[in-house]
Amino acid sequence: MSDVDRSSALTAALSDVLGGATIAGLQRLSGGASRETWKFVADGRALILQRQREGDVRDMGVEAAVLRAARIGGVAVPELIATSADEPLESGLQNPVGAAFMILGHVDGETIARKILRDDTYAVARQRLTADCAMALGRLHAIDPAAAPGLPAIDQVEQYRAVLDTLDQPHPTFELAFRWLEAHRTEPGPMRIVHGDFRLGNLMVGPDGLRAVLDWELAHIGDPLEDLGWLCVRAWRFGSAKPVAGVGEYDELIEAYREASCAAVDVEAVRWWEVLGTLKWGIMCIIQLQAHQSGASRSHELAAIGRRVCETEYDLFLALEGRW
Amino acid sequence: MIPHDAPSAQEMLAAVREWMENDVLASTEGRLNFHTRVAINVLAMVERELELGPEQAAAHAERLAALGFEDDRALAAAIRSGAIDDDPTLAVQVRAEVLASVIDKLRVANPKYLSDGRG
Repeated sequence: MSDVDRSSALTAALSDVLGGATIAGLQRLSGGASRETWKFVADGRALILQRQREGDVRDMGVEAAVLRAARIGGVAVPELIATSADEPLESGLQNPVGAAFMILGHVDGETIARKILRDDTYAVARQRLTADCAMALGRLHAIDPAAAPGLPAIDQVEQYRAVLDTLDQPHPTFELAFRWLEAHRTEPGPMRIVHGDFRLGNLMVGPDGLRAVLDWELAHIGDPLEDLGWLCVRAWRFGSAKPVAGVGEYDELIEAYREASCAAVDVEAVRWWEVLGTLKWGIMCIIQLQAHQSGASRSHELAAIGRRVCETEYDLFLALEGRW
Repeated sequence: MIPHDAPSAQEMLAAVREWMENDVLASTEGRLNFHTRVAINVLAMVERELELGPEQAAAHAERLAALGFEDDRALAAAIRSGAIDDDPTLAVQVRAEVLASVIDKLRVANPKYLSDGRG
């Protein structure tokens, strides 16, 4: 099928799923390794389609349940309009969109970190963003995990060590960091729903602040401080000197999160998760490179990310200086 | 001794990079402009690797030899086994040697990272 045929087939399928709505302006936004994102208008309303790629084994129904639970819990998220799991189809019958999918309400705003961190339009947003993030996370972590059954609950140190081994690119720095993480584990917090990739790039930001938390595909059950530590990883400061998402200080985040969640937070525990997050990003850089090397997604951008591993190694040495 | 005529590999890379910086960047926007920037960075990285690579390879081999390991794989395995932690003097030495190699990698991949925004 040509791209035009594919688009018109998808337009017809979307109309089918949305009760015969008139579909216009179907436009592909991005193609990640695991899913494609499309923007379109249905009966005058701007919507987003997220469609899973072949080979991705994650259950989108679980992610949809997390989105619903987050919305009920007061976290700003896009509205869930329809999913491939809504009406169980008879065995062997394909859903019309052709893969697991979610249709979401479109939220206006900006996701590109460099614009949010530098453009005058977001000057007020930058002042509010740390508190907005803390509020969103506080509300997310207050949700009863039973609201979204089926989320994985895997120890992150064990999980990423196993992932690193499958990549077959041993790094002495990573092993030093794993040893440190194991020797300095913090008291585990209560097991809650964590977003798993809460950072600029996955946050829809308007001039007024945080508008919606996007990209829930890495949500899982874990220690809530994982989300706080990840938000402070140096890669997610995008060149800014401020540790929290490039806009805030540790104290601001911890104080705002304490207010939102009524939970006291130990800054050292957040830093432990930041070290783990830095290590995770280093391993993810290798995964992105291998998406290029395997031919799954040939791209000089992905290839170049492989050479960012040493940035995360350097960050690990800085973070652990004087703490070995 | 290589049989090739001038220009050198480095000179050819520099010529392409300069063309991209001077002409291509100015006539592209959006995604293509971004991917041009990425390509310029990649070429500049390869230029630095051609310049620094040989001396860095020798230094890396010396560091591994000083620690008694054949390669990074063997060193990584020893760290994971806990054998390094058992000897505090060795642990300090290992961290210093590993950091030196990380800094060498950054000198090729992204030299600015060594000085940027470090408080």
